[in-house]
Amino acid sequence: MIKPMRKFSPSFAVILLALAAWFAGPVAAQSLNVDIVGGVKTATPIVVVPFAQQGGTPPSTDIADVMRNDFNRSGKFRSLAKSDVVEFPAQGSDIKFATWRLLKQDYIVVGRIKDAGDGMLRVEYELWDVNKQQSLLAQAFTAPAGDLRGVAHQIADQIYEKITGVRGAFWTRMAYITAVGLGNNTTYSLIVADSDGFNPQVVARSKESLLSPAWSPDGRKIAYVSFESGNSNIYIQDITTGSRQLVSSHKGINGAPAWSPDGSRLALSLSYVGNPEIFVLNLATRQETRLTNNLAIDTEPVWAPDGQSIYFTSDRSGRPQIYQVSASGGDAQRITFQGQYNAKASVSYDGKQIAMVQGNGNVYRIAILDRSLGGQVRFISPGPIDDAVSFAPNASMLLYAATEGSRGVLYSVSNDGMVRQRLALADGNVQEPAWGPYRQR
Amino acid sequence: MNKTVRVALVALLCVGAAACSKKQEVKPQAQPPEQVAQTETNQSNGKYTPADLDTDACLRQRVVYFDFDKTEIKPEFQQIMACHAKYLQDRPMSHIRLEGNTDERGTREYNLGLGERRGNAVSSALQAAGGSASQLEVISYGKEKPVCREHNEDCWSKNRRVEIVYTAQ
Repeated sequence: MIKPMRKFSPSFAVILLALAAWFAGPVAAQSLNVDIVGGVKTATPIVVVPFAQQGGTPPSTDIADVMRNDFNRSGKFRSLAKSDVVEFPAQGSDIKFATWRLLKQDYIVVGRIKDAGDGMLRVEYELWDVNKQQSLLAQAFTAPAGDLRGVAHQIADQIYEKITGVRGAFWTRMAYITAVGLGNNTTYSLIVADSDGFNPQVVARSKESLLSPAWSPDGRKIAYVSFESGNSNIYIQDITTGSRQLVSSHKGINGAPAWSPDGSRLALSLSYVGNPEIFVLNLATRQETRLTNNLAIDTEPVWAPDGQSIYFTSDRSGRPQIYQVSASGGDAQRITFQGQYNAKASVSYDGKQIAMVQGNGNVYRIAILDRSLGGQVRFISPGPIDDAVSFAPNASMLLYAATEGSRGVLYSVSNDGMVRQRLALADGNVQEPAWGPYRQR
Repeated sequence: MNKTVRVALVALLCVGAAACSKKQEVKPQAQPPEQVAQTETNQSNGKYTPADLDTDACLRQRVVYFDFDKTEIKPEFQQIMACHAKYLQDRPMSHIRLEGNTDERGTREYNLGLGERRGNAVSSALQAAGGSASQLEVISYGKEKPVCREHNEDCWSKNRRVEIVYTAQ
């Protein structure tokens, strides 16, 4: 199937420019070191041939390299190493299929980059089935030279969807918190970066703790908790303009913001009533609706995809477990029964899987509860001090926070737990990951 | 009257004075040697003064430690509760911020709740011992402000704490 050609939106470049204009200081954050752990023998083999340069200045981004990394960390594909690519066809008619069959590749991607004038590049690519010698995709993007990573992720998304039938989520972003320095000299930063850890940009900075970043469904805003005023308060910040508003500053805890799927409400945990309870704040009317009422800690709310119910953490049974309550209130149902400690649910887009932090003894790992498989729970991280998890919008991968030595690091992990990619700062901690929604082209 | 003379006078007055002995009740039973010096700085009416915050062996203890996942105040901290509560009573304009903290295990937001619960437990204990709710404020930092960063029980036990911070003396 050949889709119509699309012009790549330069919106991300605009965002970066706007950020640069808004903040007085430098906005580029300390870059993350990225490396992949593990691999899956059964993953689908795919070769991405280096894209041919046909006129213009060769860009600094290696599109094929970005795509190989995307495919590898998904756990669904195993891309042929660049050094093993022996021929360099630039278009389908140049492909010698026998070569790639010999190398046991199922799919091949070829492409070329052309100068489109005015600092724009035209990137054309084709996806072929090696065994059937059949063209599966042929598309083109026109984008600023500085956006080639974005183009590479979008191409990887289209290929991922074509082969797996599931929408790709490589062209997405993540938010996380970095803590650099020790004790009173720690600087906390709220960062937004590409889903592979590249292009980190500072959204907010504080000398006090920042935590719990949460994306608005349109990907334009982030709600988060800041201790900058002494107490925990919740802010919403527009990541394009940098403008922000204080949305919750009660006495006690103002924590764990979570956007409703329609973006009109925030679920929160507020303790001004005596102990942490789940509330829903209507962002337009500022009306607060209380959903829980007991002496336990009720926190970490997250919406079901249909917006009809909210999952949250509660220790009403003694230790923290995940519960589900109607978004309009009422009795809550406990949904986790395996594991001594279950907290901070993240729900897959289809509502079938719930990822959470599960503690047993001194070991805290990321677990996925599959509600469609009768409540079966499986672990996708080794622990022992993992403390946050967030699904990609297509649920094919997750981000989680781990502690290694004295350092906080993030991992992106395939849904089966087989492939992990570490995202770490050379100096400092990375924590509180939140995978952003699909981006609008 | 210079300070040396006044201290000497207080010490003299305290010998056999009932007002002093009442305060002694809240002191740890095994009293360290500096206990004598600290008694000397007390005013004759047996009330604490801001200077005692630096010198009194009991008041100088400003950290309450907790067992894993627990918010009960252990018996060994009851004496600390009593002397700080007495300070609050003696100094009605004084004010304490109770900073609740947890160890690194578990999620940040749940630990915020746990730290607050511990802060509330200390607040309740101080009120039960005579402190006033208006003099007490609880803030939770959860696992955000560890004093020890190793991954073992020894370190965790140091982080599971409520710090008593005087914001007004």
